[in-house]
Amino acid sequence: MSSASQPYGLLAEYETPADLMHAAEKVRDAGFRRWDVFTPYPVHGMDKAMGLKNSKVGWFSFLGGVTGYTTGMLLIYLTNRIDYPILIGGKPMFSPFSAFPPSYELTILLGAFGALFGMLILNRLPRLHHPLLKHDRFRLATHDRYFLVIETADPRYRDADTRALLEGTGSKRIELVED
Amino acid sequence: MAHSANTLDELKVLPTPKELERPLLVANGRSIGWISDQVAAIVEGKTPGWWWAAFIPSLLLLAMLGAMLLYQISTGVGVWGNNHPVMWGWDIINFVWWIGIGHAGTLISAILFLLRQRWRTAVNRASEAMTIFAVMCAGIYPALHVGRVWFDWWLFPVHNSNNLWPQFRSPLMWDVFAVSTYFTVSVLFWYMGLIPDLAVFRDRAKTKIRKFLYGLFALGWTGSNRHWSNYEKAYLILAGLSTPLVLSVHSIVSLDFAVSQLPGWHTTIFPPYFVAGAVFSGFGMVLTLLIPLRKVCHLEDLITMRHIDVMCKVTLATGSIVGYAYLMELFIAWYSGSPYERFAFLNRLGGPYAWGYWIMMGCNVIVPQLFWFRKVRENLWWVFVISILVNIGMWFERFVIIVISLHRDFLPANWGYFKPSWVDICTYLGTFGLFFTMFLLFMRFLPMIAVAEVKGVTPQADPHDPRGGAKEGGHH
Repeated sequence: MSSASQPYGLLAEYETPADLMHAAEKVRDAGFRRWDVFTPYPVHGMDKAMGLKNSKVGWFSFLGGVTGYTTGMLLIYLTNRIDYPILIGGKPMFSPFSAFPPSYELTILLGAFGALFGMLILNRLPRLHHPLLKHDRFRLATHDRYFLVIETADPRYRDADTRALLEGTGSKRIELVED
Repeated sequence: MAHSANTLDELKVLPTPKELERPLLVANGRSIGWISDQVAAIVEGKTPGWWWAAFIPSLLLLAMLGAMLLYQISTGVGVWGNNHPVMWGWDIINFVWWIGIGHAGTLISAILFLLRQRWRTAVNRASEAMTIFAVMCAGIYPALHVGRVWFDWWLFPVHNSNNLWPQFRSPLMWDVFAVSTYFTVSVLFWYMGLIPDLAVFRDRAKTKIRKFLYGLFALGWTGSNRHWSNYEKAYLILAGLSTPLVLSVHSIVSLDFAVSQLPGWHTTIFPPYFVAGAVFSGFGMVLTLLIPLRKVCHLEDLITMRHIDVMCKVTLATGSIVGYAYLMELFIAWYSGSPYERFAFLNRLGGPYAWGYWIMMGCNVIVPQLFWFRKVRENLWWVFVISILVNIGMWFERFVIIVISLHRDFLPANWGYFKPSWVDICTYLGTFGLFFTMFLLFMRFLPMIAVAEVKGVTPQADPHDPRGGAKEGGHH
């Protein structure tokens, strides 16, 4: 055995979302930290079963939106009132009302970028390599199977005990995944 | 105390009575894996003959678009029929028409998501693609009709050598921001929805190049629930942002007209009326596209008759709103007491372009009323023909608003009659080439149905449903 092949984790496969959910509750209650479940679609109630907190994506989007609105208003003020004032039909050089539509669009634009990039940053994506993606069976995670992985890096991970825990959740197929 | 515990135990949720059960969103109880297989089959199978039969003419039309644009750029806007007094002709008609079509895609992807209309999952991917391609077709027109396209960058706040800045009090500037934001956010929303489905295609790819390309764009998606949690939040936020966006885009397009003083344009009803018309025309296009596609791609179990039925109902509802707006415009023209307003509308009803007005009325107000009848909604031929009439009617709506209002304004000395040139007509046909080329490439290489989302609305995907493995009387 070479020193590089420290296994990545234990992979347990389930047939139904309900089985996976019950397994997730057990793993959560056993106090594991470095573990995850993999499903072909988002399973409702799984965040609670895993004990996940509310996602922080909203903050990224909010920051994007605030930046967009401020940029829009400042841009229009500085260009149309300070740098290149031009009188049109006796209208004010700057009015928050006529400046609103472009600023509103920029709010949405940067808010949307915030949401997408916030999601990618929080998920540490894009990622070109993942030990699970090399595993043949794991391909079914995007098809019709449900998986649970406990990483060997978890402080509570013990080869035999953890395998026994997963066997107790009703998984018929438990495999060690190489890194 | 023991007694109360007993009653709680005995309190059982009764199964849904038969007559209240809804038909499943995925028909024939198809399995989760079947959904991947069926959608991927369109991409993985041999290129069907009908695809080539549609793609080659589209490509030829696209080439014609290129030739027309080249001719127009090298010669000038004089090659179009636009001339005094009708300075906005087919260019702006087609711009508004195409961008309106896009609105149904965003309505389906964003507004119906917020309203928890779960049927939307079967049609949202294709409709969002339709949105993006329609906005691409729309974008050509304002960029080209300025005449000197090489100065288009002056529309953006980029400091140039003349020390000029764009003038933000004009709705035309707002439009630049609205349309470019709309395009960008639609692409972001569409791409984010694609990420899990690109991973589906990556994981079933047989060839190296497919594995590499789908893998590259799937960004290393694994289906981790920690990822799904952030993903679903981001999706919800994007839906929440796209909703006010789509309402603002056509409102701002309508302000291009409403902020001016021309009778027929200077109307406060324009923003809501344009948005309703946009959604109406967009649903017309969604039905036109999906009715043949579900047949040739064998997607009848995913895009079921129930989907067609609800889309017909949305068309009926928005068509009725549009009809109300037409009548209200006529009423306000009379009620305003302004002779110019009254003339503008009498000129629509009985002027030289009255035929355009009555085509619009017939196609947009009268024809969709057939959707009140279940028999019509269940007959795909009827639905298909009506959906095309809706597209035609909405094109004429923009013709009525733009050409009829412009050709006779305040001074009879200014009056004129507009005719499109052959370049106008060929450019418009060419945009269909662009649209269908893009759409056919999309459906051949990308998942046309949102695989992950559709899986999520089946009963076997629900951990609280017996079909998803829940035990009878389980605590979930």
